[in-house]
Amino acid sequence: MSSDPILNLAAIPEEILTRVEARGISRRDFIKFCTMTTAALALPVTMVGKVAAAVADARVPVIWVEYQSCSGDSEAFLRANQPTAAELILDLISLEYAEVVMAAAGHQAEAAKKQAMEKYQGKYILVVEGSVPSGADGAYCTIGGESALEGCRKLVKNAAATICVGTCASFGGIPAAAPNPTGALSVMEVVPGAPIVNLPGCPVNAENLTATIVHVLTFGKLPATDGLGRPKFAYGKRIHDNCERRSHFDAGQYAQSFGDPGHRQGHCLYQLGCKGPETFHNCPTIRYNEGTSWPIMSGHGCIGCSEPGFWDTMSPFYRRLPKVPGFGIEDTADKIGIGLAAATAVAFGLHGVASCFRKHDAMEEDKVVKED
Amino acid sequence: MLEIRYTWEWPVRITHWVNVLCMILLAITGVYIGNPFMTASETSQYIMGWMRFLHFSFAYLFLVSVASRILWMFIGNHHASWRAFFPWLTEDGRRNFIKMFRYYTFTGKQISYEVGHNPVAATAYLGIFCLFLFQIVSGFTLYGQMAPGGFWNSLTGWLLTLIGSQWLRLAHHGVMWLLAGFFINHVYSGWLMDVKERNGTMSGIFSGYRFIEPKDL
Repeated sequence: MSSDPILNLAAIPEEILTRVEARGISRRDFIKFCTMTTAALALPVTMVGKVAAAVADARVPVIWVEYQSCSGDSEAFLRANQPTAAELILDLISLEYAEVVMAAAGHQAEAAKKQAMEKYQGKYILVVEGSVPSGADGAYCTIGGESALEGCRKLVKNAAATICVGTCASFGGIPAAAPNPTGALSVMEVVPGAPIVNLPGCPVNAENLTATIVHVLTFGKLPATDGLGRPKFAYGKRIHDNCERRSHFDAGQYAQSFGDPGHRQGHCLYQLGCKGPETFHNCPTIRYNEGTSWPIMSGHGCIGCSEPGFWDTMSPFYRRLPKVPGFGIEDTADKIGIGLAAATAVAFGLHGVASCFRKHDAMEEDKVVKED
Repeated sequence: MLEIRYTWEWPVRITHWVNVLCMILLAITGVYIGNPFMTASETSQYIMGWMRFLHFSFAYLFLVSVASRILWMFIGNHHASWRAFFPWLTEDGRRNFIKMFRYYTFTGKQISYEVGHNPVAATAYLGIFCLFLFQIVSGFTLYGQMAPGGFWNSLTGWLLTLIGSQWLRLAHHGVMWLLAGFFINHVYSGWLMDVKERNGTMSGIFSGYRFIEPKDL
């Protein structure tokens, strides 16, 4: 072991490593997982030991429910490979109910959910995926005869904490986009005041979800959040301010269309409507799919998928500004503005011409008015 | 006999011209930030960087200028006072407002001679001050996003939760164009009144003096 006191503090005790190894997880994977998660949480390296101890012992019951969703967040989580979800994450948590991966179905599954809720009352972590429809008394989404609205309220109230994964559960997302036919709500709107943390994104970044769960296991509480209930470690900075193409933005180098020389040279995607300057997320530092890539890295602008109301306010996705309400699809705010300024100039120009010809209020001939 | 009246005190004149300078610079740099019409040929250039630097610097200057003018509304003479911007609160003001409005719309022949602002102009300036405040608040709210939890963000972050940054940005653009329209109107009306009133409307904002025929008032 190193004699450096910092590294000693960061070290994971041998006893924990042996225990983890006995469960069939390689030491290397376990150390990688603990250090990466510590880094994702923006914790100092000295916390690695504490994180490892919490992770090695934990088995927190989790109920994962889906309402108006596409299961994209479940998919993203199951594809989390750091280490493989099947190995560590499903070991870390005890998944009591999850529609996508559970073997049970129908009434049997519903009974398992009810049982888990009662057995671990006030102790389980609830993960919600998808928005909750409130229209027609919740009739748009019912599971086992119970509306999502009712089921969500009950599950959130009995949970130790609720984690909303994806933009739909966090802010209503696509189902809540105008005209919102089902009256879709976010979980925070359904159960105001409950301990809820929002992990928006389409889909959620699995590493942020893992890090949030590890934070709960290590410190026994949800991570610090901003005004929208998003953890600061993951949503504390704008994409734009950490973007790898930022130097091109400051220089004034922009791709004007897909495939043009600027685009091929990796210039800034601002002119293609990139919403990085409007979006708070840690995509540039953590990326997706084990740090493989993320939208801007692959040459497509950010669409602001993790921001509230993104479908309505971040579109058109290839324009900088939203459509001006009441105007045609091709009219931008600046086109309308130039029209307004031109109309003003014409109107006052005409007024000026008319004013030149009005009588009685100007000296009509070359004379001097003498003051006494 | 013509009287020389000291109407616009120096803080009024200075803030007026600082506002003009700021509005022109903020509009040009702002349009560039919204739609970068010049592109750099080398990465070592710093076009957007300078545009943003100028935009933020002049935004601070504009904030100081507008705040000083608002302060002067409570210190300065009665032409500069906040009361001058609510002409329709008095009987005289209402009468002169109608008179002036009819003159502008070619339905009346008489100008309401004023030493300070005419009531129609004063009402427009009240609206303009509201637009100034809107631009300052929306601008610094958008600016504050670069440092969550920082000074501007903790002061204005609630607006982002309430409205959302994209709608705020759209409104910031829209109000710029309204101010551009006002700019045209303002220069035109100044010229028109300089011709029609013959009392130093234009030179007044440089010198502060106006030449008033007491009989006309």
